[in-house]
Amino acid sequence: MDLLNVILLDGVANAGGAIGAGLAAIGAGIGIGQIGKGAVESIARQPEAVNDIRTNMILTAALIEGAALFGIIVGFLAMIVGSK
Amino acid sequence: MIRGCIKSLLVAAFSLGIIFFSNTCLANDDQHKKAEEKKEHFDANEVIFGHVLDGHEFHFLSYKTADGNAHHVTIPLPVILYSPQKGWSVFMSSAFHHGEHEVEGYKLVAGKIVPVDPSVKVYDVSLTRNVVQLFLVLFLLVLIMVQIAGKYKRGIGTTKAPTGLQNAVEPIIAFIRDDVGKANLGSKYEKYMPYLLTVFFFILSLNIFGLLPGSANVTGNIAVTAVLGIISGIVIVLSGNSHYWGHIFNPPNVPLGVKFILVPVEFLGIFIKPFALIIRLFANMVAGHIIIICLISLIFIFGELNPAIGYGASPISVAFTVFIYFIEILVAFLQAYIFTSLTAVFIGMAIEETHHQDGHDEGYDDAVIV
Repeated sequence: MDLLNVILLDGVANAGGAIGAGLAAIGAGIGIGQIGKGAVESIARQPEAVNDIRTNMILTAALIEGAALFGIIVGFLAMIVGSK
Repeated sequence: MIRGCIKSLLVAAFSLGIIFFSNTCLANDDQHKKAEEKKEHFDANEVIFGHVLDGHEFHFLSYKTADGNAHHVTIPLPVILYSPQKGWSVFMSSAFHHGEHEVEGYKLVAGKIVPVDPSVKVYDVSLTRNVVQLFLVLFLLVLIMVQIAGKYKRGIGTTKAPTGLQNAVEPIIAFIRDDVGKANLGSKYEKYMPYLLTVFFFILSLNIFGLLPGSANVTGNIAVTAVLGIISGIVIVLSGNSHYWGHIFNPPNVPLGVKFILVPVEFLGIFIKPFALIIRLFANMVAGHIIIICLISLIFIFGELNPAIGYGASPISVAFTVFIYFIEILVAFLQAYIFTSLTAVFIGMAIEETHHQDGHDEGYDDAVIV
């Protein structure tokens, strides 16, 4: 079954790392997009709370970005360890 | 008068450093004798990691003259090595000539110093460019902040509006004190303000310095961010009160079965929160630098296929790079703010006093006044 031996080919580690990093970026995009949506709608409802909302939005976005960067770092490690 | 003395001393130290290192910069005009070899393939990997990792010199640019020799404009830094077998070795990294020569039994392999004899163990404590940039930023911060603090102590800028450097830094300090310190730490903010301000200005300055061409990528080094994260973790743990530890090891209002799962998770959380701070700062900084270098390397990668495509890709590449550069300036401020803010949030969680238990309906008026 040559199809099952695909996983033993060279470069699969690189592909896995890159695909993983890409998926992490998708997750970050969706998450931060939803934060942006919520923040902008709240500002539209109550424009005088702009400063508070902006602070919370940036804080939450950084937390999500941290999680996405975990995924990217793991993908990077997969590439480095896989090519040794 | 003492302030003037310290300032003169620092100026003298800077001047000596510049004088002693700059003549080697001008004289350091390497010529590779391999002009007869085939044209070297552009290795993007080597360029990227050469910029993002630590090194023994400040590398500004390399160019090829008409006769095919490569010249590098660099500032070499001292190499300090200790080996139990061979003792101390101190020399300038220009002696390596970019990895061609061996010096005192050591050679440069892919940026790391390796002993020629494999049985010799060597400890590398040289002044690499990360170290030099750290000290540079440290001196600058001390110079600026001590000057400003002295001005406040003497009453300048308290009754009338401040001017100059004091005027530039005061809004930032006030922002950290109000929106980060007071908001998260309540009444006990003054005890933690020195640490929060230090961490914020330190990370901000290192981030901004790292954006200059030829500088070192200090906050994109996991060791530097690890130390900052560990210090934050220690501050959080040491400021925890009994209420905090009670919440971790004996969460209130939680059924016994869930407690078995929750207590290990909460305990691990003590370590995972600083770990997240470390990884967040490191990954953001290193990713930004890699993106910038990759976009510029696109020109050279395309240029290898066909010089015309290389020239064509240049405007697009440069435009993207400028765009990403602006984003990186934003990220520099943002990551410094996020690190400080999250540290303050975690300290705030640790010093929280007992809040009212659930079940009290204080503050809820009756819907119908009877």
